[in-house]
Amino acid sequence: MSAPAAHAPVTTARSGGSAPEPRTGRRKPKVSFRHRASTWDRRYSPYLYISPFFLLFAVVGLFPLIYTGWVATHDWDLIMGQGEFIGAENFMAVLGERAFWISLRNTLSIFILSSAPQVVAAILIAYLLDYNLRAKTFWRMGVLVPYVVTPVAVALIFSNLFGDRFGLVNSILETVGIDAIGWHSGTLPSHLAIATMVNFRWTGYNALIFLAAMQAVPRDLYEAAEIDGAGKVRQFISVTIPNLRPTIIFVIITSTIGGLQIFDEPRMFDQYGRGGTDGQWQTMTMYLYELGWTRSDFGQASAVAVLLFLLIVAIGLVNFIITRRISSSEVKR
Amino acid sequence: MTLALTACGGSAEGDDSSGGGAEGEDVTLSVTTFNEFGYEDLFEEYEELNDNITIEHNKIDTAENARDSLRNSLGAGQGASDIEPIEVDWLAEFQQYPDRFEDLTDPELEDRWLDWKNEDAVLEDGRLIGYGTDSGPQAVCYRADLFEEAGLPTDREEVAEFLGDSWEDYFAAGREFVAESDSAWYSGSDNIWQGMINQVEVPYQNEEGEIIADTNTEVKDLYDQLLEASVEDELSAGLAQWSGDWSDAFQREETFATMMCPGWMLGIIEGNAAEVEGWDIANTFPGGGGNWGGSYLTVPSQGENIEEAKELAAWLTAPEQQLKAFDVVGAFPSTTEALESDELLSATNEFFNDAPTGEILAERAEAVETQPLKGTEYLTINVAIQDAINRVDVDGIDDPDASWEKFVNDMEALR
Repeated sequence: MSAPAAHAPVTTARSGGSAPEPRTGRRKPKVSFRHRASTWDRRYSPYLYISPFFLLFAVVGLFPLIYTGWVATHDWDLIMGQGEFIGAENFMAVLGERAFWISLRNTLSIFILSSAPQVVAAILIAYLLDYNLRAKTFWRMGVLVPYVVTPVAVALIFSNLFGDRFGLVNSILETVGIDAIGWHSGTLPSHLAIATMVNFRWTGYNALIFLAAMQAVPRDLYEAAEIDGAGKVRQFISVTIPNLRPTIIFVIITSTIGGLQIFDEPRMFDQYGRGGTDGQWQTMTMYLYELGWTRSDFGQASAVAVLLFLLIVAIGLVNFIITRRISSSEVKR
Repeated sequence: MTLALTACGGSAEGDDSSGGGAEGEDVTLSVTTFNEFGYEDLFEEYEELNDNITIEHNKIDTAENARDSLRNSLGAGQGASDIEPIEVDWLAEFQQYPDRFEDLTDPELEDRWLDWKNEDAVLEDGRLIGYGTDSGPQAVCYRADLFEEAGLPTDREEVAEFLGDSWEDYFAAGREFVAESDSAWYSGSDNIWQGMINQVEVPYQNEEGEIIADTNTEVKDLYDQLLEASVEDELSAGLAQWSGDWSDAFQREETFATMMCPGWMLGIIEGNAAEVEGWDIANTFPGGGGNWGGSYLTVPSQGENIEEAKELAAWLTAPEQQLKAFDVVGAFPSTTEALESDELLSATNEFFNDAPTGEILAERAEAVETQPLKGTEYLTINVAIQDAINRVDVDGIDDPDASWEKFVNDMEALR
């Protein structure tokens, strides 16, 4: 409503300022400075109000992002600093290393093993919490507790549980008569163990986000569905899920970003923090860390960072397109 | 960016040295240590001796983290403590940046340390980069109770004879042991590897700094010998050093009977095996003497109180103070005077069946003839070969040859 009104005086002011052409007969009333100032205020101050975030982002987010790209195209030592410009050489070197591809595989595998079950479990938990429980707040806060525990503590506890020889999980498996699993030697077992840690920490957090969204679903939709004879399951699928779509998109995108950057849990998974003797669970961020801090080659480390960034953008876009397509097709019906 | 930060550090240094030079000015010195240096009481003592000095202790959990943090400080040009520790395995790596550290040469201190200890910290141009702290002469620790069950000698002198002084003897003794026992001979191949590789004069990089680890037949022979003993002869318990399973195993029945034991390891065994009775220490080491670990105190040039820091570093590494640290955490001295002192030679260790640990380790230190030439990439290469060994012995995912191939690839990537 205010947009066209605000637009008009400014154009007058501009034309009045640059070329005072005499209009036929009636002169427009002169726009006072006060009036102009208040127009500017209305037009531009919102941008000023939100600018601190973007300024801060430009300093601590955008600059490092671009600077990483700069470092990636140079020969760069951690201690000796910038060397000469070498173009794509760092990228070629990284892409030519077996360890890079292993770390890419591990990152994607751990990401899928953690994100997919996590979102499903979070929605189900949220659905249960949405019921009229006794001591509601207790249960709702309870699911957040794992999130409050620091990742390092979680990793320490879980890496003990998943000890190859004397770990609790293997002891239990052995009493049931199943062979002990090499949680630290096998590739898939190590990914499962790490995904378990991630899920332990993040499922409750996501469940609370879903719960908040669920509570915004109008209750009369459920009443109407019930009158139509829909059971609980049917209500969940046809009422709850469609109404959660924007939230699901949000959670999937944030967990994509977090999942692909995973570092703490795999690093704490054994005593050395390098991702196993054969890189069984070395993720891309761990590989980046090794290049930068152990081998002191910031150029290659930055190249990995840039590649990781591109991967996240790519997977984020794919996620976005898929989820949008699903939700728009739903709206059409 | 880095340049700007360096410039900041530089100007701050300039400002303070003009004020800090005055006598009696209050000075705060920061000292970084990792693991257990046993310096807490010494800091207090030094503060009492010097009214104007306050010491801030920055304690880092592991050597690797201490190394990473020092690298970061050097890279940023600020943030390093006034005194920073460097472990022998990554000494050469930091010698690549001699202008980032103060020259600690002091004619008065020339003969303070064992030759091999001091020589490693001397740069090509004769400058001294660090003062030696502890050292790691190795003996063999063993479980007398398990030896007895297997019908073997238990007395530490007889055991020393039984273990022999070559790696063949040691492995042969192991085969004899495992034939009579349910336990393994040692915890894992990586522990033994440290003993073996620390006796190779030029293991991973030659004098020119070229990586020769994968072409060095001496290294390959040791690798084959070790894995044959570990896997085919089943001498290894297959536990990766420092892992949770490894620490747990000390408390379990029937796990392993011997261990390579530099002085600092005694405290670790005691900590892990608190309830276990029977640990003892034999005055021998396969393949002659060997040193595993030990550190140096350096004074980074970016610090603000360089003179005071040098004095403190010299004081901390003096024989008297080394003996005190040995008393507290078992950090074995590296100064000749401390090694000859009665205090050290009469030291015994209750946990190790009252063994005369001071005397034994002093003898083991004398048996150390040389330190290997540890190049700039020593740590990275040693980690890679330990991974290769553990792929076979601990994880069981590769045979020795396949695992060696991967190690060769790792070396190619490093070159």
